[in-house]
Amino acid sequence: MLMVATGNRAVAEAVRQAKPAVIAAYPITPQTGIVEQIAEYVTHGDLLSRYIPVESEHSAMAACIGASATGVRTFTATSSHGLLYMHEMTNWAAGARLPIVMANVNRAIGPGWNIWAEHTDAIQERDTGWLQVYISTVQEAYDATLMAFRIAEHNDVLLPVMVNLDGFLLSHDMQPLETVEPGDFIPPLHLPHAIDPTNPVAYGPLTGPDQYFRFRWDIERSMRDSVSVIRQTQAEFARRFGRTYGFTDDYRCDDADVVVVAMGTLGKEAEVAVDTLRNEGVKAGSMRLRWFRPFPKLDLAGREVVVIDRSYSFGFGGTLATSIRASCGIEPYSVIAGLGGQEVTYDDIAGFVRNRRIGGEFWFGVTPGV
Amino acid sequence: MTAARLLAIAAIHDGKYASACPFYGAERRGAPVVSFVRIDDRPIKVYSQIRRPDLVVVLDATLLGVVDVLSGLKTGGTILINSAHRKEYPGFFTYNIDLTGIALREDLVIAGSPILDTPLLGAIARIGIISQDSAKKAITELFTDERNVKAADAAYREITV
Repeated sequence: MLMVATGNRAVAEAVRQAKPAVIAAYPITPQTGIVEQIAEYVTHGDLLSRYIPVESEHSAMAACIGASATGVRTFTATSSHGLLYMHEMTNWAAGARLPIVMANVNRAIGPGWNIWAEHTDAIQERDTGWLQVYISTVQEAYDATLMAFRIAEHNDVLLPVMVNLDGFLLSHDMQPLETVEPGDFIPPLHLPHAIDPTNPVAYGPLTGPDQYFRFRWDIERSMRDSVSVIRQTQAEFARRFGRTYGFTDDYRCDDADVVVVAMGTLGKEAEVAVDTLRNEGVKAGSMRLRWFRPFPKLDLAGREVVVIDRSYSFGFGGTLATSIRASCGIEPYSVIAGLGGQEVTYDDIAGFVRNRRIGGEFWFGVTPGV
Repeated sequence: MTAARLLAIAAIHDGKYASACPFYGAERRGAPVVSFVRIDDRPIKVYSQIRRPDLVVVLDATLLGVVDVLSGLKTGGTILINSAHRKEYPGFFTYNIDLTGIALREDLVIAGSPILDTPLLGAIARIGIISQDSAKKAITELFTDERNVKAADAAYREITV
């Protein structure tokens, strides 16, 4: 069905169709639209979930953990300080191998108090064992949320998945949305270690170094296995519903001499910059990174790379720029842009490419080009 | 915001691509707010704000003395003002239509405020940006009260083009 929806509405719609048994959430700008819409579905009987309006995000994730441990599908949504408040529990969710799906509407961290788009919130969850996907359209918000359940709950993965959408830019933007009938695309969840009253076992006891270390390796092994599960899931989605997704979304990259790498809406706007540059005779391309965890192998050899980061690791560098430097062994031009919802246009992005200084770092609107 | 949403829905019914993005700041009642709509034949990839609009709609004519509403408007662009008075801007196509009057006449008033979004859609349809059919479709999708369609029809008839 074709409708016009915000990114928040698209996520809620996908959740309605995925039918989690338990949804626990606490509202926070700019995510509130998701949990409000879901609460409405539940109130009107359009979604037969147990909806738990908790008193904090820490409790939201704790409630999802408790529910998920019984082997049922769970969902929550948050943003910014809400996600950080959950941090202890996000680690627990991954460590306990619970396939919780969460939408995170990317928003800056205060102070100064700011409600606009930035990736720092999700990036600070980087090492928790959650899979992370970053999306760039309302349609993709819906599609990625549906796929997130199938990926998280796959028995080769059993790790939580975070779907990230840029605050306001996507959460509140209204675009066409084509919904599908997911049918058995999301199979029933079979959690092998679900709590079973007829077979009592201990959960969360003190764990010695040997076992603990093994559990850590198990997370990494599943993270590696998730690569093929993501690939299969995206291929199956394309086969059934006709929309194709990869680990990256590449635009005019094949013969490109210079490639712009970004995540989220900036990665989509970069495609317009690429068209502008191509008209000027610059062989530019755009590679929008969708999956940040697991971090994919990127084919960037032999090209100049301009990385736009919407987050920063103080004392080190742009999160994406340093990740690409480490994983690809190349020196990118690192642009820090869009923090706190800073306006970045396609003309600005074209300018980053024209004025690139490979190996340098540039804080857009703040520092002179390095 | 509702007007932007309606316009995007109508454009999509016309077979176009559209996106509508309100600008969120520190909103409070009575303060000027803006929202943007993009309509294209191709998928829309731009998320930054609109700086060079083809059409500017001013729903509150008292803003004309406060905000430079022509800022960025393309030469030969269009400005539509909710006003009972006739104000012209040389170099631009200027439309004045009393949407408030239409809303009051049709008793389209909620909590003491006349509803301007739905008659506006009728006016925009007459300018030719969307079809009248799609305008009506968009309105009936969002609102059940038939006074909305009546007000849109009235605006469609009464705007001078």
